[in-house]
Amino acid sequence: MEAAAAGRQRALLRQVLGWRLAAAVAWSVLLLPVCTAAFVLLSGVQPLRPLRWLSDSFDDLCTSHVIFCILLMSVVILVISVFNAEFYAVVPSIPCSRLALIGKIIHPQQVIHSVAHAVMGMLVAWCAAVMTKGRFQFLAVPCTISESLDDAVPQMCLNEYHLFFLLSGAFMGYCYSLLYLINNMNYLPFPIIQQYKYLRFRRSLPLLIKHSCVESLYSVRNFCVAYYFFGYIPKMWISTTMDLRIDSKLHPLDTLSGLLDLSLFYHAWLCGVFLLVTWYIAWLFFKIYATETHRFPVQPTFAEETDQCLPKILNSNPPLIIKFLALQDLMLLSQYSPVRRQEVFSLSQPGGHPHNWTAISRECLSLLTDLTQRLIAQQEAAAANGRAKQQVGEMKVSPQTPGAAGAEDIPFQLQSSPALNCKAGILDLSSPWHGKVQSPLIVRRGPKLWTSGSGLQMNGSHHESFPVLSVARVGSEAVQPSFIYTWLQNKQEQIKNFLSRRVLIMYFFSKHPEASIQAVFSDAQMHIWALEGLSHLVAASFTEDQFGVVQTTLPAILNTLLTLQEVVDRHFKLPHVSSKPPRSSGSLVDTSYKTLRFALRASLKTALYRITTVFGEHLNAVQVSTEHKKRLQQFLEYKE
Amino acid sequence: MCSLALFPPPPPPGAVTLCEFNNALLCGRRGEPLPLDFQSLLAALPALTLPEDGLKGPGRPESGAQPFLHHREALWKRVLCAWRDGGLCGLLKEIVSAEEEGLQWAKTALSCVLTACRWLSSLHGSILPHLSLTSEDMIAAFSQAVDWAGCSVRAFAWHPHTSKFAVALLDDSVRVYNSSSATIPSLKHRLQRNVAAVAWKPLCASILAVACQSCVLVWHLDPTSLSTRPSSGCAQVLSYPGHSPVTSLAWAPSGKLLLSASPVDTAMLVWDVSTENCVQLQWFGGGGVTFLAWSPDGSKVLAATPSAVFKVWEAQMWTCEKWPTIKGRCQTGCWSPDGSRLLFTVLGESVIYSLSFSEYRGDMQGQVGGSKTASIVADLSETTFEMPYGEERIGGAVQSMVWDPTGERLAVIIRGDPSAVETQTVVAVFRIRNSPVFELLPCGFLRGEQSAEPQLIAFHPCFEKGALLTVCWSTGTISHIPFFFLSSRVPYGSPGRSPAVVTASSSVREQPLFSEL
Repeated sequence: MEAAAAGRQRALLRQVLGWRLAAAVAWSVLLLPVCTAAFVLLSGVQPLRPLRWLSDSFDDLCTSHVIFCILLMSVVILVISVFNAEFYAVVPSIPCSRLALIGKIIHPQQVIHSVAHAVMGMLVAWCAAVMTKGRFQFLAVPCTISESLDDAVPQMCLNEYHLFFLLSGAFMGYCYSLLYLINNMNYLPFPIIQQYKYLRFRRSLPLLIKHSCVESLYSVRNFCVAYYFFGYIPKMWISTTMDLRIDSKLHPLDTLSGLLDLSLFYHAWLCGVFLLVTWYIAWLFFKIYATETHRFPVQPTFAEETDQCLPKILNSNPPLIIKFLALQDLMLLSQYSPVRRQEVFSLSQPGGHPHNWTAISRECLSLLTDLTQRLIAQQEAAAANGRAKQQVGEMKVSPQTPGAAGAEDIPFQLQSSPALNCKAGILDLSSPWHGKVQSPLIVRRGPKLWTSGSGLQMNGSHHESFPVLSVARVGSEAVQPSFIYTWLQNKQEQIKNFLSRRVLIMYFFSKHPEASIQAVFSDAQMHIWALEGLSHLVAASFTEDQFGVVQTTLPAILNTLLTLQEVVDRHFKLPHVSSKPPRSSGSLVDTSYKTLRFALRASLKTALYRITTVFGEHLNAVQVSTEHKKRLQQFLEYKE
Repeated sequence: MCSLALFPPPPPPGAVTLCEFNNALLCGRRGEPLPLDFQSLLAALPALTLPEDGLKGPGRPESGAQPFLHHREALWKRVLCAWRDGGLCGLLKEIVSAEEEGLQWAKTALSCVLTACRWLSSLHGSILPHLSLTSEDMIAAFSQAVDWAGCSVRAFAWHPHTSKFAVALLDDSVRVYNSSSATIPSLKHRLQRNVAAVAWKPLCASILAVACQSCVLVWHLDPTSLSTRPSSGCAQVLSYPGHSPVTSLAWAPSGKLLLSASPVDTAMLVWDVSTENCVQLQWFGGGGVTFLAWSPDGSKVLAATPSAVFKVWEAQMWTCEKWPTIKGRCQTGCWSPDGSRLLFTVLGESVIYSLSFSEYRGDMQGQVGGSKTASIVADLSETTFEMPYGEERIGGAVQSMVWDPTGERLAVIIRGDPSAVETQTVVAVFRIRNSPVFELLPCGFLRGEQSAEPQLIAFHPCFEKGALLTVCWSTGTISHIPFFFLSSRVPYGSPGRSPAVVTASSSVREQPLFSEL
């Protein structure tokens, strides 16, 4: 049964994403000859003889080796696209400490990514070297070992320029992969406005080229430094394995004077720009195609389409990208399409149940309740940090929230959600009360301190703490901590205390509060769409809902939104939480995931106002708790 | 077609228009109580006078070139300052005019560059003349206010849901008046200079966007706060290189996005204000965007350019259609409440054009759906009224135009011909009839106090008994003039608007329009 469901979902993913990936690859391959032509033109630049330059470049373009290079690079683009498609994420993973970042870099998956990109980079550099011609073209060049001019024996020597090119290509590929990871470039940001793909591409193209040029400049500079120090190693290795001599007449490149060759620098830079532009174009196309809207039917027209219709997809547990696309579609239909809204409000034919609306509203509400609970847990962690001698019993969440019932599940949630691994990071290792705590509350939180990829889990505290966790949770008041347990705790605290005084360790372990907050809201885009979709649908229901299906869920919706509003308000009052979004740089690298929480706050308020504006005084008839009623009244008077 | 000759004669001097009642404009002395018990409706609205001398002159830092005492800064400092103030040309000018020794060759070279720059910019300016204006002149030229540079009130905006309005004043401050509270917050910010427009965020309690010379400021005001001077920390600064001065703002009616436009920038910016991200909507041609109007149903946006063409963007996929005008640039425009009709005026012509759009269904992605040509619905050319005390000449080009939320009244500021002495700037009000054909009917002229000329007009977004027009006069007075009538349609933004009326008006759209042009 489960296998069948998984198979269905894979089929759905293939159906929705497959052709998009194909189109993205096709477009990036189609643009490859254009990039190649530009590269050939620029690499053979002769400013003093423009006509000659143009005619030479044109002749070069039609030669067989350029065409072969284009074919080879198409394969490279294909591989890059496969990597893009394998590594993309709609929810960014944000490393909360430096150690976590290092952990990500040496993760096997990332190592494969880096090695593959280095190899691809070398291939592109080889193509670039072949197309540049001149002294870069071949690895082995004939040379004469001249003892005397007469018995000059033609021999093969190593062409260091070619080697420099290849290595610089590999270096660029590796840098690309590293920056891809560090800048979270696998994150798919959804655009704030819908636009046609061509326009989106055109808008990003200047940025892309500028970014590639700058990036390539830095890479070449760094590579020159690296080559200056370590260049002799690959040179010796290649020359011995391939039995090539080193031309003593030529100037060696791993010296200062050798590297100060302007033409070499220009060509290496141009090769880097070429590499980055073609790869970024593939990446950009993938991004544009993957985040394009997909229209899911609300009501299946045929029986076999049942799995693809919106309510069904929202309620099943599809791959995240499908869920995102479905929520985006929900937001769009609720805002722009009266016809499809009508389908949402319709009743099922035999039976007369509002299945569509029930499914959609249930999923949106469960998403929002989830977020509420997560935020409550995080606030509780932050609050406990401030008050040292807190008792477990005092740790209470506001009674009317649905999250209160699930308070005991919170530790589990913390463990299960990867994005949240570092949420307890607000617990600062260096805070003054750290050594002397015995409270089970802190104990319970202990293991979470070490979850973000930390190597210290190996020291054993991790294994012991799991039973502790359950002990603390099952009977937090009744069960007295056993002796061994206390002793272990003491030891653990001592170790932590000892470690926290070491500067180097602190450097790696200190958690950035901003990063932990970003991690909590990393999937907030879903919630924003759920909010917008729900509020638009509810607002439209005032005039369009003939059967009153929305009215039955209105109290639940209002309750959820108001509770979330309270929790979000409280979140923004926490210390460490900046109230303003950081400046976005306007570069190619998208940092929109850093500001999702502000977008969530704004759209939550707008959603509430949208409902209160349309319903007005009628909302007084809706059953909500008195506290929420007061809150609603404030919204009705525009005083929130 | 409606013309000014059909209008009832303007009220005699000394009388002030009080309200519209029983299809007629009533006049009287200022402050006279209204004839019926409607007085209570207006009692809460703050009518006020902001005289010019009460406001301090704009206190702005002098440019680095004219300090209080004659004191020469170091050359690099002056160069930096010139770069900040005047860009590349300013920098070159500063270096060329520098008195320092030992820069002779550099000066000679740079003066050549400067000459080339000037020549290029004059070439550019001859194609797009507005680019050679200074930014203050540019704002004055493209602002909706009649006399932006000289009058004490520079911009005005009603809150879309409550009785609260914001006024931008000559001294670069913005004041917020609320009918239900006595505190009057006065907003000041270092970057808030030369305010050209203010706009409240819809579906929100108190977020105000202010278009300034160098940026857009978004003020987050706490509606329950009693503070009269909110700190500048409450303001978000939205700036983008090359996007200044900002002359027009428009919020999406869904409250999600903010559009900003500058006559210098060919792109208009779509801001997601909460995250400060922006998307450029590039459309070359026209040389910039001067005026924005988002249709109340949220489906379309009018964007006027400084040249003789304007665009209508469709707000889902953001594609646009352009309409070239015959004579001049589009000065102002306004949308019908259901977004199906656009009225606009062109600089230098004294007529109102109407452009109708096919009904927006949301499923036709990326189509604006406008009709091919605009039709003339009103002729506002100069007309002479014979009055007992002499003759009055009224008519000319339209400065700004607003359509009330019920869709039944249209108020227009008609600017007299500046060369003629006799003509005056007046507010003319039209009634609108939607069936059987779209038609403008005369309602009357509004008269303020003696020697007061209208400066800005705006309709209250949710007045219950008809429509309420707020007029800012050149004397600094802000007065509210109610129009009492029974509307067949409830204001768009308020609860309980009925869908039946929308369908009724949609049938009107199928009717052929006037064929004359």
